[in-house]
Amino acid sequence: MDPRYKISNREALMGIGLAILNFIWWYGFAYGFGGKPVKEYDYILGLPAWFFYSCIVGFIVFSIAVYIMVKFFFSDVPFEKESGKGDKQ
Amino acid sequence: MSQLVTGYFTLAVLGKKFAIIARKINAVTLNDFLKERYSSKWVVILSSISIVIFLFSSMAAQWVGGGRLLESFMGVSYPTALFIFSVSVLVFVVIGGFRAVALTDTIQGMVMFIGTLIILVGTIIAGGGVSNIMKDLAAENPDLISPFGADHSLTPLYISSFWILVGVGVVGLPQISVRAMSYKNSKAMHMAMIIGTVVVGFIMLGMHLTGVFARAVMPGIKVGDTVMPLITMKVLPSWLAGIVLAAPIAAVMSTVNALLLLVSSALVKDVYINYMDKHASEAKVRNMSLGVTAVIGILVFFASIHPPDFLIWLNLFSFGGLEAAFIWPIVLGLYWKKGNAYGAVSSMVVGVISYICLDRFSPNLLGMHTVVVPIVLSFAAYIFASLATRSMTREEERLTASKFWNV
Repeated sequence: MDPRYKISNREALMGIGLAILNFIWWYGFAYGFGGKPVKEYDYILGLPAWFFYSCIVGFIVFSIAVYIMVKFFFSDVPFEKESGKGDKQ
Repeated sequence: MSQLVTGYFTLAVLGKKFAIIARKINAVTLNDFLKERYSSKWVVILSSISIVIFLFSSMAAQWVGGGRLLESFMGVSYPTALFIFSVSVLVFVVIGGFRAVALTDTIQGMVMFIGTLIILVGTIIAGGGVSNIMKDLAAENPDLISPFGADHSLTPLYISSFWILVGVGVVGLPQISVRAMSYKNSKAMHMAMIIGTVVVGFIMLGMHLTGVFARAVMPGIKVGDTVMPLITMKVLPSWLAGIVLAAPIAAVMSTVNALLLLVSSALVKDVYINYMDKHASEAKVRNMSLGVTAVIGILVFFASIHPPDFLIWLNLFSFGGLEAAFIWPIVLGLYWKKGNAYGAVSSMVVGVISYICLDRFSPNLLGMHTVVVPIVLSFAAYIFASLATRSMTREEERLTASKFWNV
């Protein structure tokens, strides 16, 4: 098997893993905090807490997570036909 | 925020594998890939039909959007606005041919980013601050600020199914997957994952917030699709509103141009030249492409005269149909050696037919968006048909594996 596929398979699994975490974060905050009656809502920066944590904090946290995943866990591989000869740019 | 995942998910899953394979087989379009992977005329023909049907509704959505923008911007009637928009698009495409300058993704993304920020800030100021706007909304109807929607119709399961439709399922869209092949090197692809996630996340967050806030600033907007242009003209000085609204028009033009190119290349290049006239002259191909483009443009115009209230529906219909057709032939084609042409054909037929039937007769089956069940069915069809025909296709499997998987 083309050795580069090992890397791409591993990175695909990481992408799926991050998407699952992202979903859990979003769902947990949106329906955990948002499921209460509206009268009991807390507000942060004017927004309902469920929205603030689920969507705004979630956006920031997962943007950082993508950065960390790509910078530290993804490897550079050449795309061209001859593998292992370095990335031609 | 189900769209936040698209920025990184598609590139993490398809990215490197698709880019490497595309170079091995010299593919530049999705059909090139399918043709090499499955060596079957029927896969290519079905794929072209699906592209034409579903990208048509995607284009109609762009057309309606352009029409609505001009309508609220120029104060003319919707049909007039639509006519002006169609004529300018066709002139743009026909005169410029397909080389007409399409805005690059980078410029489009920057313009949308800045535009979103300006409109959001303008709307918050016009509404007297976020707390004030929330108070107004809660006073109108407390459920407006709950995650269940104004009439409690949005169940958690239904909203979650959008993570498939506009989130992870996007790996099945031809216009997206083709991008994965086109990165120069893995550094550029890594960069795109980070920037894409941030930019898409910001635009989605900003647009949704503006849409919700608009309800407090401008109560009583009848047609949902006119919210953005109307709120922009209300909260910004007219010169700034003009600049901010010119941006989406440019984005729409450039998107329409790209979609027309995809549709006409599916018809002319992938079907006509491949299977009907292998030796067509260059001039003939050019004329056919122009002819096909003009006919499609005119058909889309007529389809857009009586649009649904929310053009997002058209767009989502197209998303769902393309995903039902393509997701497994692409993903399993890349990652599963045993997948074969029988699997791909069954998956596309089952996916598209079940999607269209469900959409007509029983949308949102089991409380989820219509796309979910067809994606599950087409997965089963792909696996089952590939395994059932495996004994007949050993030779093809060996050939494909050596072309795709060996060094």
